[in-house]
Amino acid sequence: MSVLDLSIKELQTKLNQKDLTVTELVQAVYDRIRETDDDVQAFVTLNEENALQEAKALDEAVEDEQHLPLFGMPIGIKDNIVTKGLRTTCSSQLLSNLDDPLYDATVVQHLSDAKAINVGKLNMDEFAMGSSTENSSMQVTRNPWNTDYVPGGSSGGSAAAVAAGQVPFALGSDTGGSVRQPASYCGVVGMKPTYGRVSRFGLVAFASSLDQIGPLTRTVEDNARILEVIAGQDKMDSTSANVDVPSYSDALTGDVNGLKIAVPKEYFADGVDENVKASVREALNVLEQQGATWEEVSLPHSQYAVATYYMIASSEASANLARFDGVRYGNRAENAEDMMDMFMKSRSEGFGDEVKRRIMLGTFALSSGYYDAYYKKAQQVRTLIKQDFDQIFENYDVVIGPTAPTTAFKIGDQIDDPLTMYANDIMTIPVNLAGVPGISVPCGFHPENQMPVGLQIIGKHFDESTVYRVAHAYEQATDHHKQQPQLGGAKS
Amino acid sequence: MSKISKDQVKHVANLARLAISEEESEKYSEQLSAIIDFSEQLNELDTTDVEPTTHVLDMKNVMRQDEPKEWISKEDALKNAPDQQDGQFRVPSILD
Amino acid sequence: MNFETVIGLEVHVELKTKSKIFSPSPNAFGDEPNSNVNPIDLGYPGVLPVLNEEAVNYAMTAAMALNCDIATNTKFDRKNYFYPDNPKAYQISQFDQPIGENGYIEIEVNGETKRIGITRLHLEEDAGKLTHGDDGYSLVDYNRQGTPLVEIVSEPDIRTPEEAYAYLEKLRNIIQFTGVSDVKMQEGSLRCDANISLRPYGQDEFGVKTELKNLNSFNFVQKGLEFEEKRQEKVLRQGGEMLQETRRYDEKTKETVLMRVKEGSDDYRYFPEPDLIPLYIDDDWKTRVREAIPELPDSRRHRYVNDLGLDEYDASVLTNTKEMSDFFEATIEHGADAKQATNWLMGDISAYMNKQQLELNELPITPEALAKMVDLIEEGTLSSKLAKKVVTELVQNGGDPEQIVKDKGLVQISDENQLREIITGILDNNEQSIEDYKNGKDKALGFLVGQVMKETKGQANPPMVNKIILEEMDKR
Repeated sequence: MSVLDLSIKELQTKLNQKDLTVTELVQAVYDRIRETDDDVQAFVTLNEENALQEAKALDEAVEDEQHLPLFGMPIGIKDNIVTKGLRTTCSSQLLSNLDDPLYDATVVQHLSDAKAINVGKLNMDEFAMGSSTENSSMQVTRNPWNTDYVPGGSSGGSAAAVAAGQVPFALGSDTGGSVRQPASYCGVVGMKPTYGRVSRFGLVAFASSLDQIGPLTRTVEDNARILEVIAGQDKMDSTSANVDVPSYSDALTGDVNGLKIAVPKEYFADGVDENVKASVREALNVLEQQGATWEEVSLPHSQYAVATYYMIASSEASANLARFDGVRYGNRAENAEDMMDMFMKSRSEGFGDEVKRRIMLGTFALSSGYYDAYYKKAQQVRTLIKQDFDQIFENYDVVIGPTAPTTAFKIGDQIDDPLTMYANDIMTIPVNLAGVPGISVPCGFHPENQMPVGLQIIGKHFDESTVYRVAHAYEQATDHHKQQPQLGGAKS
Repeated sequence: MSKISKDQVKHVANLARLAISEEESEKYSEQLSAIIDFSEQLNELDTTDVEPTTHVLDMKNVMRQDEPKEWISKEDALKNAPDQQDGQFRVPSILD
Repeated sequence: MNFETVIGLEVHVELKTKSKIFSPSPNAFGDEPNSNVNPIDLGYPGVLPVLNEEAVNYAMTAAMALNCDIATNTKFDRKNYFYPDNPKAYQISQFDQPIGENGYIEIEVNGETKRIGITRLHLEEDAGKLTHGDDGYSLVDYNRQGTPLVEIVSEPDIRTPEEAYAYLEKLRNIIQFTGVSDVKMQEGSLRCDANISLRPYGQDEFGVKTELKNLNSFNFVQKGLEFEEKRQEKVLRQGGEMLQETRRYDEKTKETVLMRVKEGSDDYRYFPEPDLIPLYIDDDWKTRVREAIPELPDSRRHRYVNDLGLDEYDASVLTNTKEMSDFFEATIEHGADAKQATNWLMGDISAYMNKQQLELNELPITPEALAKMVDLIEEGTLSSKLAKKVVTELVQNGGDPEQIVKDKGLVQISDENQLREIITGILDNNEQSIEDYKNGKDKALGFLVGQVMKETKGQANPPMVNKIILEEMDKR
């Protein structure tokens, strides 16, 4: 058994008992990356020299620091989260030379304060636009369970790295499912917190009103411990909420007796794989055996979520990505004739197809004469979708369904069909639109392709505690999270 | 009939400062039209008296005090500049 | 056919908060390029804006001073356009819910008072500064990026270039008194664009307008509009068609030059800024801001006339700038006579300022010193003539008038015995003059006074000298 299979609690016990040094732990991470990343292609940039230096410093640290919540914990960071002195590319050619983005994202600052160690930056769909990580301009990340399959996206690098055991924890970002869907595809735990729970300062914006950073881990408990560290109001993010952060790890009581679960019939519609449905129903049985009750409910506006999302997210993105103009940082096209030519060439050469497509869609939706019909209409439907959840949460504690309609698909299968690709997010998108928290936890394997299935648990605004409690109770009653992919030879 | 014509695609691309070829404008016209077609389903919903949601949380008046803070040096400001001159960012001139 | 001119002005005023509107960078003018910037100002990936409360207070102050209604619910929007000085490629501005609406100011032109409506006042961020070189490149300095800015849009109520000038003067005057901006056109803290169109008298709809840019002084605004008025009239009289043009005023040729013809309206794709939370301005907040607004120039002017007995002209000159008015108020607070203080301020002190091209606050003279000097005159220690010397010293080097009087030996001789002795001596040596005076030549008295002043280096108290000479001549 590798030290990389241990939980935060177990690792910290070993560190405290001097059975393990931080340097050994960090070294193990890089050994594992070297062993497996030719196959997985999860990391875009490694932070090896700095990480080992920090590890050494922590090994010599005073006793006080050893009690810090993530002391010595190696963590990988999605490449759209800004890291001072470490290249941040968003997996885009436009930013491939941004070796020092000048500052740390607030979450990175929190991790550093808690003495976690940033081991490197993880691959993603370019600017987080995609559901397979095939839209990365850097490399194609592969699903550790079967390298012919995509890891999901856009946080595909984060999910794959955790699943492959390269790093025990990673941060991702979730705009329409970009943490939960790859967590589901890769058989790991991925949390999208309440909008406003985690600071977005330093998260390269895709859709500002939907984006949230969230942890990807192998267990619910580790996930809760990381969210505890990164959550909280931030003076640098006006949209971060002034709501106290409880101890999420204390919420993991294992007790779901009396819990009321809503199961939306829309999440079991025709397009959802029967085997995925079966896994989720089985999960509901497990929770029922533990004293929870569930009922079928309706979230009547669910079917409109994808269209709503694409209008809102693309519109916001069209403005958010306008700053990449080759003037102050990033790659500038050569041989520009004048200012206009420089803008056009730099952006056209720097952005990939999917990014261009969404910028164009968003620009169109906001343009004169179309705003009311598309953008405003979508914002109004967003209100209806949010109200669906408000009503359900008056009577239920959590909403449960599949994270994604299917398991992972094969690389290359959907890349040229935007609408099919967008349908992967049909059950994750409403959660972002409503701003509520949602987690994906492993709930078995598809009998045909043996790929992981994810269970989505959705909670009330700022009630991550209940979401974690349910996820943890389910996890402890099953052994899906103990399964590991075979990669790069046997793991010791 | 395409929802977004090739000419509209070109206009939008120009607004977004994206150079696209004739071939691409054809492709985008088809793809964007498909997406717009798909989103027409929103018109099934009557949203006459529905307030649009810009912010999902009900918050008001988030502000900071008027306190200046030093942050980065002038050198850092220009650190990633693709082109610079005399402490300023250099860009090709606009053509009149 | 006769044409009526219709003018509307768009004025941008920078607010002098300590830090920028959406980032904590210092808000300062004239520093080294790119020294007052941070990743937020540079539009780095991942940065977010946080609103400076003082910028909102200042914008509300300006809006209230311009008699606007203040919005209870307001918000920010993104205005999208690409330009190197606009680092995010969107400007955070206000689209459909400006902080202030439906205001007005009153101007006076040719003795008539006219009300000019203000459509809206909104808060936004300023852009960086682009300098065009002649080598095919331009340079960008982002120091100005993020300076809080209010845009003040007038109703198309202005009918002559002269009214436009008066509107700008009045607007600057009011904003300056609120203290929220320096309103200095030469530093760019006040900038103006003008829209002008002509229509036949009696016609309701507006003609096609021209937008004038590069108007770097109020004078150029007026000159540019005058040129444009004539140009448009000529085009219309020749039966030509006006195009919606943007034109630049050329200061050398004193003409407007075509920059571009506008086709349709610009598509800025405004949408609500998701990174900023909406503002709810309740009555308490409005009251707090309203109560903190300093007395405005119109009110001061009336007070100077009604309470202090100054004439209209003096009162309006004194309230022309806030520095002058504040200086004046402080001077009379230190006990100076209002009329005397006015005379000195509008006389010798203003003359010196004009000559040296200096602002009042750049001079070392203090209101306290001026008040003391006026006192010294009143109590007779200082003659008006000597006072001129004291004031020269005060505007050049500052200091305490009493000390200056002492150091320079400028104390007026009012000791009767001392004067009588001097006068007796002078009369003894000028018997012819006494004779002349007694023969009705009044001029002789002046000569004798002059002799006394010469002897005393101008320090003799003139009324006393007069009196004693007459007394002494009577005795002879």
